[in-house]
Amino acid sequence: MSTDMSTDTSTASAAPRPFGLLAELTYRCPLACAYCSNPIELARYDDELGTADWQRVFTEAADLGVLQCHLSGGEPLLRRDLPELVRTAAGLGMYTNLVTSAMGLSPRRAEELRAAGLDHVQVSVQADEPATSDRIAGIPSFERKLQACRLVRELGWPLTVNVVLHRQNIDRVGPILDLVEELQADRVELANTQYYGWAWRNRTALLPSREQLDRAEEIVTAARERLAGRMEVVHVLPDYYSRYPKPCMGGWAQRQLTVAPDGDALPCPAAQTLPLPRASVRDASLADIWQSAPLFTAYRGASWMQDPCRTCDRRELDHGGCRCQAFQLTGDPAATDPVCHLSPDHHLVAEAVGEANRPLPVDLQLVPRPHR
Amino acid sequence: MISGQARPRLGRHVRMRPDRPTGGWVLLGPETVVVLNRTGHAVLRLCDGERTVDEIVAALVEGHDGADELTVGEQVRGYLERLADRNLVDMG
Repeated sequence: MSTDMSTDTSTASAAPRPFGLLAELTYRCPLACAYCSNPIELARYDDELGTADWQRVFTEAADLGVLQCHLSGGEPLLRRDLPELVRTAAGLGMYTNLVTSAMGLSPRRAEELRAAGLDHVQVSVQADEPATSDRIAGIPSFERKLQACRLVRELGWPLTVNVVLHRQNIDRVGPILDLVEELQADRVELANTQYYGWAWRNRTALLPSREQLDRAEEIVTAARERLAGRMEVVHVLPDYYSRYPKPCMGGWAQRQLTVAPDGDALPCPAAQTLPLPRASVRDASLADIWQSAPLFTAYRGASWMQDPCRTCDRRELDHGGCRCQAFQLTGDPAATDPVCHLSPDHHLVAEAVGEANRPLPVDLQLVPRPHR
Repeated sequence: MISGQARPRLGRHVRMRPDRPTGGWVLLGPETVVVLNRTGHAVLRLCDGERTVDEIVAALVEGHDGADELTVGEQVRGYLERLADRNLVDMG
C-alpha cells in the first residue's frame, strides 16, 4: 500500500484539515442491534490494532490538526487499554468522546476513565422501556444503561443519549424524550437509521412509514421548544425521505476520518465497501493516507462528479450525497446519491419508500448483528 | 438581550484548548469545533462564571486607548448571545 502513497508536497498542502477522528477500537459488542452500521464481514476485523498502534494513530491525528477523538466501536469498553488510550488522546489536547452501549461501565471503570481525562460520554438507548429496548438490543441491557447514565451524571460528565430511530421504536419517541429528560441528559440525538452494514440487511424491517415520521417530527419539534436551554435535541431525518441527499461527512475526506479496528483508514465508517485499494495505518502514516491514498483522494472536491451533480447548483452544498450509498444502490461510487430526486436511479429509493408505506406490520423479523 | 450583570461561563460540555497547528485557541464540544480568533479568545478567557458581562467589557477596554465601552459592550453581548444559542456559553 505504501507504494501508492505520494509524498508530493503540493498535494499535501492542498489537502484540507481534518477535525475529527472516529477511532473504532473494536467491532466486538455485547449488543446485537439489527440497525448496526458495522460491516457485515465482522470476522475480517479480529486482528485489532494494539495499544501502541492506536497511540501512534492519535499522535499522527493530532499532528494533522484533529481536535476531536471519538472512541467508538463495537463496544470500546471491551478494550482493556481504554483508559490508557483516553489518557493519550487527552494528553494531545483532543476532546475525547466515549461512544458506548454503557455495558461494562462500572463505577470503577468510570472513575478510571474520568481520571484519564475523558471529556464526554454518549450512551445508546434503544427505547423507553425494557421490553422493547432489550428486544432491539438482543440482550437484557435497559436497566444497566439507565444506571450507567446516572453514573455519568454523578461523575459530572456531560451526557449525550443517542437513540437510533426506526420503524420498531419511532412511535415511542414521546416516551423516549421523557426518559431522556428524566436522565438529565445534556443532549439527545434522535438519529434515524442509516442503511449501511447490518441496517442495510434489515432495511425493510427498519424503514419507517411517512406517517410514522410525520407524527415523530411533530413530537420532537414540540419537545425541542419545551426543553430549550436545558437539553439540546438533535433530530436526524432519514435521507430516504429527503428531496436532496445529505452532505455526507461534510464532503468526502474533508473534515473527518475513521480508523477501523484492523487499522484500515477510511473517509467514513462505511467506506470499506468501496472498490478502491485499502489504506492501512499499519503500512503508512495517517498524514500520507489523508493526503494521497486513492480511497481519500478519489471523491475529494467536485472533479469526479457526473451529471446531474456536475452541473448542479447544489454540488457544493451536498457534495453529491453519500458515495457509499451511491455504490451500494447503483454499483457506481461516482453516481449521484439515488436519494436525490434528480438522480436517474432515484426509483431504487422510491421503491423502498413505497414498500415501507404499504400496510406492513411494524415488528417484522430482524436479523441480529452477531456479537463476535 | 444579555444583562450586564450576567456571569457567563463556558457551557458544561465545552472545553477551550490551544490549537497546536495554528497557535490559536479553539472551543470544543461533543459535535462542535469553533476556531476562535484573538478577540474571541480574549472575551472567553474572562468568562469564568465570576465576572459579570460589564466587568468583562471593562477589562477588555482597559489599556486600549480609543476603545469605546458602548461599542465593545454591544459586540461582546452579541458574541456571547450567539454562543449561548449554541450552548457553548452558559449565561448563568
